[in-house]
Amino acid sequence: MLSGPTSHVETVDSVMIYIVGISVILLLGVTAAMIYFVFKYHRKKGHKPKDIHGSVLLETIWIVIPTLLVLSMFYFGYTGFREMRLVPDNAMEINVTARMWQWSFNYGSGMQTDSLYVPQGQPIKLLLNSADVNHSFFIPAFRVKEDVIAGRTNYLVFTPDEIGKYDVACAEYCGLKHSMMYTKVIVMAREEFDNWYTRSSEKTDSNGEAD
Amino acid sequence: MVNGIDSAKTKSFYEEGTTKKSSGLASWLFSTDHKRIGLMYLVTISVFFCVGAIFGILMRLELMSPGETIMKAETYNSFFTLHGVIMIFLFIIPGIPAVFGNFFLPLQIGAKDVAFPRINLLSYWIYIIGASLVLLSLLIPGGAIDTGWTFYIPYSVRSGSNISLAIFAAFVLGFSSILTGLNFITTVHRMRAPGMTWFRMPLFVWATYATAWIQIIATPVIAITILLVILERFFGVGIFDPALGGDPILFQHMFWIYSHPAVYIMILPAMGVVSEIIPTFARRTIFGYKAIAMSSLAIAFVGYLVWAHHMFTSGMSDTARWIFSLLTFIVALPSGVKVFNWVATMYKGSIDPKPPFLWVMSFIVLFSIGGLTGLVVGSLATDIHLHDTYFVVAHFHYVMFGGTGTIFFAALYYWFPKMFGKMYNIKVASLGVLFFFISFNLLYFPKFILGYMGMPRRYYDYLPQFADLQLISTIGSWLMGLTLILIITNIVSAIIKGKKSEENPWGGVTLEWHTSSPPPLENFEVIPEVKHEPYDFSQLEEMKHGS
Repeated sequence: MLSGPTSHVETVDSVMIYIVGISVILLLGVTAAMIYFVFKYHRKKGHKPKDIHGSVLLETIWIVIPTLLVLSMFYFGYTGFREMRLVPDNAMEINVTARMWQWSFNYGSGMQTDSLYVPQGQPIKLLLNSADVNHSFFIPAFRVKEDVIAGRTNYLVFTPDEIGKYDVACAEYCGLKHSMMYTKVIVMAREEFDNWYTRSSEKTDSNGEAD
Repeated sequence: MVNGIDSAKTKSFYEEGTTKKSSGLASWLFSTDHKRIGLMYLVTISVFFCVGAIFGILMRLELMSPGETIMKAETYNSFFTLHGVIMIFLFIIPGIPAVFGNFFLPLQIGAKDVAFPRINLLSYWIYIIGASLVLLSLLIPGGAIDTGWTFYIPYSVRSGSNISLAIFAAFVLGFSSILTGLNFITTVHRMRAPGMTWFRMPLFVWATYATAWIQIIATPVIAITILLVILERFFGVGIFDPALGGDPILFQHMFWIYSHPAVYIMILPAMGVVSEIIPTFARRTIFGYKAIAMSSLAIAFVGYLVWAHHMFTSGMSDTARWIFSLLTFIVALPSGVKVFNWVATMYKGSIDPKPPFLWVMSFIVLFSIGGLTGLVVGSLATDIHLHDTYFVVAHFHYVMFGGTGTIFFAALYYWFPKMFGKMYNIKVASLGVLFFFISFNLLYFPKFILGYMGMPRRYYDYLPQFADLQLISTIGSWLMGLTLILIITNIVSAIIKGKKSEENPWGGVTLEWHTSSPPPLENFEVIPEVKHEPYDFSQLEEMKHGS
């Protein structure tokens, strides 16, 4: 956690740690108080129970403090989300088409691939289209996801920082082979990508498809 | 069924019915007595719970290792759909209101029955018809539904399985829910005993009342949505189907406008039961009565405004996403208020941790985990990553099964002596809670980790890196299966040959404990006059002398 193939990974993981951290403290607090009371005020000890009807002060405390906590969680979640929705001016657009049960990527020049090839450090804007039912484009390693909905074009932005191959999964149930609808995103060094792109585009001219 | 109950001066509702004959099948199936209807729901709903659990255990068996283990992908896809449909529409939505609401709401407010006893029986029959249609959709040619319980369009328009019939079943079941809600609201408004003011009502009544409003206001939305999907399938009108110019996102909105409030239909009554059990076993008044009562209403109200947090990745506008995220965090607050007040109620009590109380302790931990992980998926940055993964599956199982499911057992173990006049084996019952807690966490906790690792939900097969945690979860499902057998056997054997229970074994003071166990046909020999707040245990001495 906290560092990964895109800078966004760090953002998401730190929001996660923030919320889970507070949650664990609250959970342990509630559980410990409950268990302590059960032992301390066990009927066997013969305490006379005391009717305490409530406390305005306590009610206020446990409304106000959680309110502040959840508003801060909302805020960090929101800023992390903004970051992944801002489209940099120099973003490279790639068209993605999902169909039962495969992905295809179209690079504008008519070139089409089954896996997604992207250059390192280049902001990518994926335009997501479905040829049939709903799908969802999910790169777990990058912490990004967006549904692919028939009849509309959704988008998803990321900037890959590290060279490598990462899984792309379909996250919206789409029928029989939903769980096999995997492909890869392949992050290449800029030069390597340019070479690959030129080579494949040439092949595309003769064959119509490249991979 | 009623062997061994003879000490009561009056006949119990088992011995006297609303039909000509007081025993035999017809005396149950045509009874308008809210207690008999509650028990019929108990039997039917428990059967469906077991069926749903078996589907769940078989799914876990398939997921024990990657690749095909015991079934094909088609079968798996139908199994997870059926598991969802049965657990949601046939177990957890009707669950606590239909069984314990029916049985105890009139008793707790000092009424002879619900306001409309015949409509009450009708709603049971509508439930049976709806449930039969679900089963029929499995048997007729076309094949079992394979869309997931969410029926998302366009897949649900294209799939060849018996979707129209299955969703029509959900349509029918909705009427059962609406009629029950209507009945409870009228009963609470019109049938309270003298002296039973609004703020003397037990908190289970408040919770069931708040739930009833959601049932009658939200359920029609799913009914309309279902009719539109059926129209779409048969006539291609083009409301939702993008191939005909419709909008699939509109379907998701309409589906969740019902189905998110429905989450509160599932959890609010459970919260009500918790507010009954803690004071009884701590033998002191509830801490923050009004805060708990009002938080039920707050949840019912704000719960309408958060539905689109199920759609953070659907492509709706970024503005809609942050507004729904903000509202989602707001709805977490009243639940938090309840948890804090429950724990505070244990302070300076005289706590006797009998099985119903142990169930509640287990609930507080499991439900808190479910609620707190809800914050993780309410937050936009993290939800985008976790949406439609196992993290969400773990989250809602902690809330629904760890929350409502646990309290279904708590309610059964709490009110069992009142319903049957008998007692189960206390030691076995306590062990059952412990085993449940352990196997529950073994079964569902690994799914949080799997989700964060990127394991999407509704997957028949998975990548090798997920195999270890999947196996642990499957082992958890075996232990859970054995635990459920233990818990249910204890209840069933107590019904058949349990020892006669004391009239008020836990020392409860709400009105249901002011009558005999089991209660007579019209609940009270004389309608009680209420002079106390609901959890005033100073009455306990008078009650002992009185009986």
